[in-house]
Amino acid sequence: MQIQASKPVAAEPVSGGFDIMAAVKDAGFAALVTLGLSFPILAFRTQEDISNHLIVVPRWSWPITAAILVFVGRFAAILFRSRPRATRAPTLPKAPSASATFLIRYASWFGVAALIAFPMVMVAALGAGGSLKWINNYGIQILIYVMLGWGLNIVVGLSGLLDLGYVAFYAVGAYSYALLSTTFGLSFWICLPLAGLLAAFWGIILGFPVLRLRGDYLAIVTLAFGEIIRLVLINWTDLTNGYAGISSIPRATFFGVPFTDDDDGFAHLFGMDYSPIQRTIFLFYLILALALLTNAVTLRLRRLPVGRAWEALREDEIACRSLGINTTNTKLTAFALGAMFGGFAGSFFAVRQGFVSPESFTFIESATILAIVVLGGMGSQIGVALAAVLMIGGTEILRELDFLKAVFGRDFDPVQYRMLIFGAGMVLMMILKPRGIISTRTPSIFYKEQKAISGSLVKEGHG
Amino acid sequence: MTAMTQTLAERAVTRKAPLLAIRGVKTYYGKIVALKGVDLDVQEGEIVTLIGANGAGKSTLMMTIFGSPRAREGVISFDGRDITRLPTHEIARLSIAQSPEGRRIFARMTVYENLQMGASINKFAYFDQDLERVFALFPRLKERINQRGGTMSGGEQQMLAIARALMSRPRLLLLDEPSLGLAPLIVKQIFDAVKLLNKSEGLTVFLVEQNAFHALKLADRGYVMVNGVITMSGTGRELLAKPEVRAAYLEGGHH
Repeated sequence: MQIQASKPVAAEPVSGGFDIMAAVKDAGFAALVTLGLSFPILAFRTQEDISNHLIVVPRWSWPITAAILVFVGRFAAILFRSRPRATRAPTLPKAPSASATFLIRYASWFGVAALIAFPMVMVAALGAGGSLKWINNYGIQILIYVMLGWGLNIVVGLSGLLDLGYVAFYAVGAYSYALLSTTFGLSFWICLPLAGLLAAFWGIILGFPVLRLRGDYLAIVTLAFGEIIRLVLINWTDLTNGYAGISSIPRATFFGVPFTDDDDGFAHLFGMDYSPIQRTIFLFYLILALALLTNAVTLRLRRLPVGRAWEALREDEIACRSLGINTTNTKLTAFALGAMFGGFAGSFFAVRQGFVSPESFTFIESATILAIVVLGGMGSQIGVALAAVLMIGGTEILRELDFLKAVFGRDFDPVQYRMLIFGAGMVLMMILKPRGIISTRTPSIFYKEQKAISGSLVKEGHG
Repeated sequence: MTAMTQTLAERAVTRKAPLLAIRGVKTYYGKIVALKGVDLDVQEGEIVTLIGANGAGKSTLMMTIFGSPRAREGVISFDGRDITRLPTHEIARLSIAQSPEGRRIFARMTVYENLQMGASINKFAYFDQDLERVFALFPRLKERINQRGGTMSGGEQQMLAIARALMSRPRLLLLDEPSLGLAPLIVKQIFDAVKLLNKSEGLTVFLVEQNAFHALKLADRGYVMVNGVITMSGTGRELLAKPEVRAAYLEGGHH
């Protein structure tokens, strides 16, 4: 990023002086721009009058408030920035204490342990009814996206192949399970690998025509591929039932034991009282296991020649070829593996919902998954997981912010502002951490000592 | 590696089939002809250099040997085998290694990882041995072993590019402008290393250079390329003495 470099030298406060007039001028200009920009958007609202006609109601206070806020904010920012830097004590990197090192080294294991304990803790704390939302909407939903993010990370993060149609493989997985189970009555555990294989097959089908493409061109073709799959699902009504989708898909069973209140149900078999939360908890552990499998496979492959070939491919394709690496196979394995994990996630989605329709597989899903990978830091497993928590968990949190209604009025719905907040977050992120949350790349192999590679040395947005 | 006991004269008498033979190669970029029928030989154990001005087609020939772009006419054979139609990665597996134009090291990967990528063809069989070998040749790389390739200086990156190519134990090493943009002292270091490889291990080297003076001094034989055709050839010393070569590539050039 050039932000640091392009900052004028004069802005560096040498004397610590602060030019109030300049600051007022700057802030005033920003306020003026805000006024101009917000005027057409904020200054009028439409309302239906008594005869159902739309009338425009002016509300002048809104753009003026926005302008004042921007003025104050801008002024404060200039004030803050002009504080002499020398007064801040130089922060020396402290050597982490023994306990901190221990925590850092085993952080991911603590994370896994916390995730395994999560449903139990929730049920214990909130009871079966209260915890359902947390385990289902937060736990399972986030883990699906963690898994999708990790799957796409193989293609985009490691191999550097920009894929905008990843949701197609998610759809293939979901419809594979839906069709195989409803038509042939196959169980989930048979369908899961089949869905993965089918998705991988489609990954290779996509891979072949795009072998020679990179960057923008690849992005366009994969985008089209995602749309083609969705349109086929909509229009091939004989097979997929079109827009109506496939319903009454067999629900998840505990290795053949259904989660029902019957005598041969899960609860009775294990001598528990029946509760619908049992199925949800099972689903939680299922997706957790699938996500961890994705992670384990990716981490393992990164240390093998094929994984290193992916990373080398991201760096320089021509150099790869002249070193004897078969770039065709390398790309196809990346597409196939990424697609396979998408397929697993898809069949999990189908078994969880019990219903699939093309509406679940729109472009916005691909964009969200890609945003998770980019936000997390391309290639970083932990970063992708954190980004998924932030993006998916953040959206869910918005539903909880009822207190905002007290501030903004009764009909204020924070969920409506999801995309606005999401966009602002992305912009902030790209300014503050342009290479993602975790921007260091840890070498997969090392000579004598392992050392993380600073993100500031890494080219961003390189795909 | 083959011992370098034969002298040039002896080899000329025995007339062995060349390790790399290029016959009538024509390469096009779309409709534009870049190589207009090139003939060139590299014997086993030789250092052969190809000099020429910018845009003469030197790098194109280098890339054509590696199959991208492919020669539209003519034959390229390596060790008696026609490699004209082989895909690039299979050509590389015949133990031809390349330090490409612009070095093309893996910038985000460490020196160590870069070297590992170089050794991936022969499944890391001699990795530790070869690592010591390239460290002996370029001690600087050992100091930088855990550093990211892209953060090194141009000279170090060039050393890494050559070292990475050597990790595959090639029989033929193709070097594309190793002196590009480097300080004279570093150029000397790199050329000395190439000389040493050739003398001690008998490595065959095909060197494409703009730095004609150094290249011709180093090489056993040289070719001069102008606009996609070879216009002159001879031993390094012969070419250095030719007034046309001096006028075009040496006077007022690098010394």
